[in-house]
Amino acid sequence: MRRKDSSQCTYQLNPGTDGRWTLRLFGTLDVNTVSETLRPVTAAIVKSKPVFLQVDLSGVTYMDDYGALLISELRHSPALRDARFEIENASAAAAETLKRLGPEHDNRPLPAPGRKSMNIVAELGDATIGAMIGLKFFVAFIGSVFLSTVGVIKKPNTLRFDDTIGHMKTTGVDAVPVVALISFLLGMIMAFMSSLQLTQFGANIYVASLVAVAMVSELGPIMTAIVVAGRSGSAYAAEISTMKISEEIDALSVMGFDPILFLVIPRIIAAVVVIPLLTIFSSFFAISGGMLIGVTMLDLTTASYFQQTINTLKLFEMFWGLSKSLVFAVIIASVGCLRGFQAKGGAAAVGNAATSAVVTCIFLIILFDSLFAVMRSYW
Amino acid sequence: MIENTPVDVGHLTVRYGDELILDDLSFSVKKGEIFIILGGSGSGKSTLLRHMLGLERPESGRIIIGDTDIAECSEKEYAETLKKIGVLFQSSALLGSMTIAENVALPIIEHTALPTRAVAEMVRMKLALVGLKDYEHYLPSEISGGMKKRAGLARALALNPEILFLDEPSAGLDPITAEEIDDLILDINRRIGTTMIIVTHELASIFAVARRVIMLDKTSKKIIAEGTPRDLKDSSPNPRVRRFFSRYDRTERKTEIKTA
Repeated sequence: MRRKDSSQCTYQLNPGTDGRWTLRLFGTLDVNTVSETLRPVTAAIVKSKPVFLQVDLSGVTYMDDYGALLISELRHSPALRDARFEIENASAAAAETLKRLGPEHDNRPLPAPGRKSMNIVAELGDATIGAMIGLKFFVAFIGSVFLSTVGVIKKPNTLRFDDTIGHMKTTGVDAVPVVALISFLLGMIMAFMSSLQLTQFGANIYVASLVAVAMVSELGPIMTAIVVAGRSGSAYAAEISTMKISEEIDALSVMGFDPILFLVIPRIIAAVVVIPLLTIFSSFFAISGGMLIGVTMLDLTTASYFQQTINTLKLFEMFWGLSKSLVFAVIIASVGCLRGFQAKGGAAAVGNAATSAVVTCIFLIILFDSLFAVMRSYW
Repeated sequence: MIENTPVDVGHLTVRYGDELILDDLSFSVKKGEIFIILGGSGSGKSTLLRHMLGLERPESGRIIIGDTDIAECSEKEYAETLKKIGVLFQSSALLGSMTIAENVALPIIEHTALPTRAVAEMVRMKLALVGLKDYEHYLPSEISGGMKKRAGLARALALNPEILFLDEPSAGLDPITAEEIDDLILDINRRIGTTMIIVTHELASIFAVARRVIMLDKTSKKIIAEGTPRDLKDSSPNPRVRRFFSRYDRTERKTEIKTA
């Protein structure tokens, strides 16, 4: 009994007396032919409503477990619930295949993965417990980051200096082009939009003030933080979660390293150093963008635009913007790492960690920015 | 010729950059045979397997699977050939977001027109075949390494492939579980007559299941031995081959002393 390359399966359904029907199967019963034959055969049987169905396998040349599946599906088809069913002329090999099928027939739909309970009280409890565990983990994480930071301040040589420099490059230097481009365009847009209003009063020169103040104290820090959260916050979470699920973090712990000191502190230090620098770049490029619009479209001279910018900006604005960006830097690095450490499971966990890191970072950045705005009104 | 040798590799040469990985390999596998490719770490076993699966194209040579030379065929012919083969990957490669049953159902749903309930019954038959009857709703992360191998095997067998490739099927398993996997492989080969190509360096498995063995060598990049495992162990003229097999001898001797 061998499988032919050009396998085919045909059938004949012949009526007998008293509702007795004979189904004759010919040729090969394998994955391809059964897949094609099952539906038409079932339909034909449903139409003929037999009281007694004989299945004649004498014409079958090859049959594997898909053939057995065909027989089983016919035997348990709802149209034959009260009918007699008989198999005839099965070859020895076919009989063995059918025997393997066993008396059990189980074609309930496959279970879908998912939660076992759908009880609302249980779900609420489950969610609450989950949130509490998350909170506990968060507090413990913040605590160990704080302890490790104190440790590094006491003994600076425990810091992984090369790693820190590496993270400064990937988080900072590599982000300069995208931050510069976005800020330049943002400066142009702001200058253009504000000029639409200000030209009505002949107050073109105040475009320079508006761009400078808005960028340095507000938009520069927040835009930079959001770009870095998307670039590096997600990268931290993805890298650390991959290390977590492949047991690399356990390996570090067993070798006597503090994973926080090894992985988190270098990232936080790198972020705290480079994000304020990126913010300065961002403000610089936005002011240049505004200047391009001012000079080309609003009849301002480069010198007067420059002078107006310097006159408007106070040192306090610079300090304010940079303090914000320091806070954002700590948020991005710690949330990215935290989400990485929380990952559990397989490939999907890495994706979830990266997504949740970006979402949490952006939410916290906006939240803290609002807190800064409230603080400033009472300054 | 095609009927009796479903796999035929001829003058296969593989290079990564300037580095020669496989040099002029030729062998063929008979229908229904359990064929083992073995060799130490770095001998190019995995590279050979990746080329036989068509995941990479060789520098020169032919790799005939079924009746297609996958070293040169078109995308369409390659897709046809893939329906004839099943693969058990070393890490089982079950999709982590799906249950065991869904993993096995995946190729059946994709390549057949069976109704959903028939697919479910087929999945249960395949899982019963590998002894995972009551585990259909488990996620891969919830079962042990041996069970994952079984589930991976069920998925590889889902469409009754003519040729089954197994990458280190018993690596990383305890001796009892490894033996169970070996028995399962022998049982499936006996019952369904699937041609099997196994890449391994587990000596116990080699002696348990192999009909014929080829051994790859790290330094010469060629096949340095071919034959039944017994022949290679007892009467190979190559000292390197004898040394590879003698490790088994030593453990055998140890257990003899213990029992005596």
